[in-house]
Amino acid sequence: MRTYYQLTDPDRSGLVDQIGAQRKRVAERLAGVARIVAVMSGKGGVGKSYVTAHLARGLARAGRSVGVLDADLNGPTIPGLLKVPQAPPDQPTAIGLDGVKCISMGQFLEAGAPLAFTGPSAESFVWRGAMEAAALREFLSDVEWGDLDVLMLDLPPGMQRYIELCDILGKAPAVLTVTIPTPESRDAVRRAMRAAVDHGSELLGIVENMVGRDFEGTAADDLAREFATPVLARIPWHPTPDTWAELGARL
Amino acid sequence: MKFLCVECDQQMAFAERALPGDGTLAASFKCPKCGRVVAMLTNPMETQLVSSLGVEIGGRTVPSEPFEMVRANVVTGGPAWSDGAQERLSRVPSFVRGMVKKIYADYAKERGIQEITPTIMDTARAELGLEGM
Repeated sequence: MRTYYQLTDPDRSGLVDQIGAQRKRVAERLAGVARIVAVMSGKGGVGKSYVTAHLARGLARAGRSVGVLDADLNGPTIPGLLKVPQAPPDQPTAIGLDGVKCISMGQFLEAGAPLAFTGPSAESFVWRGAMEAAALREFLSDVEWGDLDVLMLDLPPGMQRYIELCDILGKAPAVLTVTIPTPESRDAVRRAMRAAVDHGSELLGIVENMVGRDFEGTAADDLAREFATPVLARIPWHPTPDTWAELGARL
Repeated sequence: MKFLCVECDQQMAFAERALPGDGTLAASFKCPKCGRVVAMLTNPMETQLVSSLGVEIGGRTVPSEPFEMVRANVVTGGPAWSDGAQERLSRVPSFVRGMVKKIYADYAKERGIQEITPTIMDTARAELGLEGM
């Protein structure tokens, strides 16, 4: 009996072609984007979204065209930080503070509602991850991003979404790492940075957030030394617009 | 996924797709040599997995719409409740009303029902054995 690859007749479903068309659409949509930057950390609660939103605004105020894709589908916070309406977006995409373009699952959900998909609830873990990856692909491919200097991807904690992005984009995006000073954060972030290096991402540098109060440690310096990447900024508890402007200039 | 007519050693060709509306999918494939037809039947979980890839068995007949998957599959706030359904729900004792509401909402969600009506509630009661709720 012949096996899969020995059957070479044209497939009317064209599933492989359909997947190829999806990838092509992503590439076409992002053709005008000069740089894609994933803001990531292996640790939750270090302020990735806060840094993403304010850095995006800082870049926009400096005259750059900036977009933000909120890849934290289960805990979207970018609409609140950029003050974009919580309603299904029409084309073109929503515009947030300082003219930052934005797409987020938060624009599709009722306030306070968790992300849920229609479909059989039994064994939903089997298909839920694929649904989330498909949503991410649509955010990349169905927004008219136009010409952007930077598209920032605000990732949730962990590595799963980063790996999905590498697959959808067809290459690993540059990575801006966010940590807080503590050794616990350093150890979690180290794993994420190592994974990013393994996937071929360029490490742009480290932002140390929540510096100067209760969190003690040298996470940013330790990671910078270990991965030979710069500490781009140390963000105090009460940053000013200048803080973000300086970070944007160093990026 | 491909189908082979072992007797003819021929790759079978896609013939027809059917979506009965209960979350399942049926797709038939025909042997171009002997004409034998086989059907692939998927359960709701398997159908959902295919749907999550954003592809269509049998090929796309119309281009995809922006945010097609998100708009079709993300639950933005649960199914709507018609006035009649809300009135009936209000007659359920308050200490179990939340649980009963969830049962009907889950029933609707699993079947892609956008609005719960008294008729839908009757059907669900009969199917789920919820007489009296």
